[in-house]
Amino acid sequence: MTTATNIQPDYNMKVVRQFTLTTILWGIVGMSVGVLIAAQLVWPALNFDTPWLTYSRLRPLHTNAVIFAFGTSALMATSFYVVQRTCQTRLFGGPLASIVFWGWQLVILSAAISLPLGYTTSKEYAELEWPIDLLITVIWVLYATVFFGTMAIRKTSHIYVANWFFGAFILTVAVLHIVNSMAIPVSMSSMKSYSVYAGAVDAMVQWWYGHNAVGFLLTAGFLGMMYYFVPKQANRPVYSYRLSIIHFWALIAVYIWAGPHHLHYTALPDWAQSLGMVMSLILFAPSWGGMINGIMTLSGAWHKLRTDPILRFLVVSLSFYGMSTFEGPMMAIKTVNALSHYTDWTIGHVHSGALGWVAMVSIGSIYHLVPRLFGQQGMYSTALVNLHFWLATVGTVLYIVAMWISGVMQGLMWRAVNADGTLTYTFVESLEKSYPFYALRFLGGVIFLTGMFVMAYNTFKTVTAEEGSIKPQELA
Amino acid sequence: MSIFWTIWISVITLTVIIGCAVLLKAANTNNTGVKEGEPMPHTFDGIQELNNPLPKWWVGLFWFTIVIALIYSIAFPSYTANWNGFLNWTSADKDVTDVSQLDERAETSKSQYQREIDAAEIKYGEVFKQLVYTDAGVYKDIEVIAKDSEAVKVGQRLFLQNCAQCHGSDARGSKGFPNLTDDDWLYGGDPLTIKETLMNGRNAAMPAWKDILGEDGIKEVTSYVLQLSGRRVNDIDAQAGAERFVVCAACHGADGKGLHAFGAPNLTDKVWLYGGSRKAVEDTLNNGRNGVMPAWKDVLGEDKIQLISAFVYSLSQPK
Repeated sequence: MTTATNIQPDYNMKVVRQFTLTTILWGIVGMSVGVLIAAQLVWPALNFDTPWLTYSRLRPLHTNAVIFAFGTSALMATSFYVVQRTCQTRLFGGPLASIVFWGWQLVILSAAISLPLGYTTSKEYAELEWPIDLLITVIWVLYATVFFGTMAIRKTSHIYVANWFFGAFILTVAVLHIVNSMAIPVSMSSMKSYSVYAGAVDAMVQWWYGHNAVGFLLTAGFLGMMYYFVPKQANRPVYSYRLSIIHFWALIAVYIWAGPHHLHYTALPDWAQSLGMVMSLILFAPSWGGMINGIMTLSGAWHKLRTDPILRFLVVSLSFYGMSTFEGPMMAIKTVNALSHYTDWTIGHVHSGALGWVAMVSIGSIYHLVPRLFGQQGMYSTALVNLHFWLATVGTVLYIVAMWISGVMQGLMWRAVNADGTLTYTFVESLEKSYPFYALRFLGGVIFLTGMFVMAYNTFKTVTAEEGSIKPQELA
Repeated sequence: MSIFWTIWISVITLTVIIGCAVLLKAANTNNTGVKEGEPMPHTFDGIQELNNPLPKWWVGLFWFTIVIALIYSIAFPSYTANWNGFLNWTSADKDVTDVSQLDERAETSKSQYQREIDAAEIKYGEVFKQLVYTDAGVYKDIEVIAKDSEAVKVGQRLFLQNCAQCHGSDARGSKGFPNLTDDDWLYGGDPLTIKETLMNGRNAAMPAWKDILGEDGIKEVTSYVLQLSGRRVNDIDAQAGAERFVVCAACHGADGKGLHAFGAPNLTDKVWLYGGSRKAVEDTLNNGRNGVMPAWKDVLGEDKIQLISAFVYSLSQPK
């Protein structure tokens, strides 16, 4: 057993601080764009007849910003922090970590400019055009070099489970990105390119990428985050070592096969649809393994939830994670999918994962990190952390409930037929009925975003306070 | 699909599924050398890991999904395109490349798509037939159907689902798509012409005159065309335009009142298919227009077209 020493290795915390602060910044930017396009669905005039502000261009900007700017910054911050502390060594590669930070900011900036200008490959979550794809590839390889290099020079005998998850996420995202983005530019001076794949193959590669962006970036990566920050914040041992092994290997082996469930009842061959569905079903138990391990880690520490809003963020994020990883396999069943596909139910499902799981576990982890990174013993205001917790929870619940109702309603309206077999409702009628729910979704988004501003203020006060001046506080 | 791919897919897929089962069995017994409930002999940044057993209900759930998955994957096509599973199921006749092949196949096909189409035909086909056929088994006249409020309602529903995308849910059209509720018709508004338009579609071609007429010519003809519908324009321009109108008269008629045979619009009324502003008319003259009404014969079948024709016809009839 390694004994804790008072002398800490000379960790590289600068890059962690940078990524932590940009996580908050990009979170606000990405979610603001989300709120704007949610508002456009209620009040279409909000695109101001400007091409750059149309829904079709801002929607990919929103998804790219929250996944690759907010989510990935959070993953880079926490993975660099966790890998150093659990390997007891400084980040490998000297200035490489800094290049990863600035390179990634350049990727984000290029996306923020090129998407509103209308440059797009039209592949969902992979809209960025080829020059940016190349830049992403270079930066990602450097990121992998720093991360795996640090693991290679670790001072501990074993590799902690959080690092398995981070490692799987980094490796798989590299493969996914390179394979799906293979394209031939129109010319070397043109931003436009065409995918090397065509037809059903193109669709299959795209959703192999798309679903595993969810599986490895938004699930495996954030499970890595969970495996460090939950036991740390609760100050309890991880519940089951053996559960972490089986659910890790099963998760990464099975997830890679689940993509075809995005293409049920399409031109994709039947055999691929069937396999996509059964693999999604098997995925249920491995997904829940992470939730069980996280929540059961709180055994004997449940009382801390009364006084620690950071722990609340982490535990509620696990509950949303459990909910959406139950919902996912159910929606992958073809008969359920026949109702849910192409409706707002999908949007609700995604946001129960994105807001409830990804954002909340990141927010909780960042509240754990900020005081430690800036030499304080706690956040400037624990009451504001608690306020943020309630804003985030209420915002998420409003959002997903609105989308569930409108999604199921749309699915039922689209399939309703009259006695003569004609459809009972036209598409426009289902759209009209969706308006109140779009308004409710907008409200949920505004509430969630408000919480992010509270976080920014609280972080600003913590970072700018005199070092060591903030003492730990508990909720009254 | 070649035997290689069948083996490839079967091997990688079953390795994953069976691998999960093997790993589950292994992890469910304690081989760690540490007593259950005790911490493992390593610490990471102060974090310990307990050697707790897997929750029993979770292990049961995992086994359940694995078994269901294996059963489903042999019941339905899963490992190859060459075998449809023991339920012999296919979603659609995916090797078919055009509609006529699909019709030939319809009798023998067992695909879910074809079965659902057949079931709908049996269930609903009769409903449409009763609305459009006389007792003697011939089509009722469209004028007659247009007076049957039940039939018009069905026709309207069909219109809303198939035609409203272009002509609008109120059938009043939009730029480039004619209003069907007035008495201005491009190809004629009698029942049989409406039906012909629906059955076989229409292609209208207004050529581009930019290169032939030149900038001045376009300006003059535009003035004349606007004058035809009673707008005040520069008389000299309009006079020059009238002389150039000879080429337009071939389709639009010497009086500019249009010709149904070509789908050439009447230019003397106040109805403008592509806009009546000077700019819009100049644009039409400069670059031409291509109006396309698709053919619905193969998509909807004649019975339903009979009903939609009656609905469209009823729109322009006095109530």
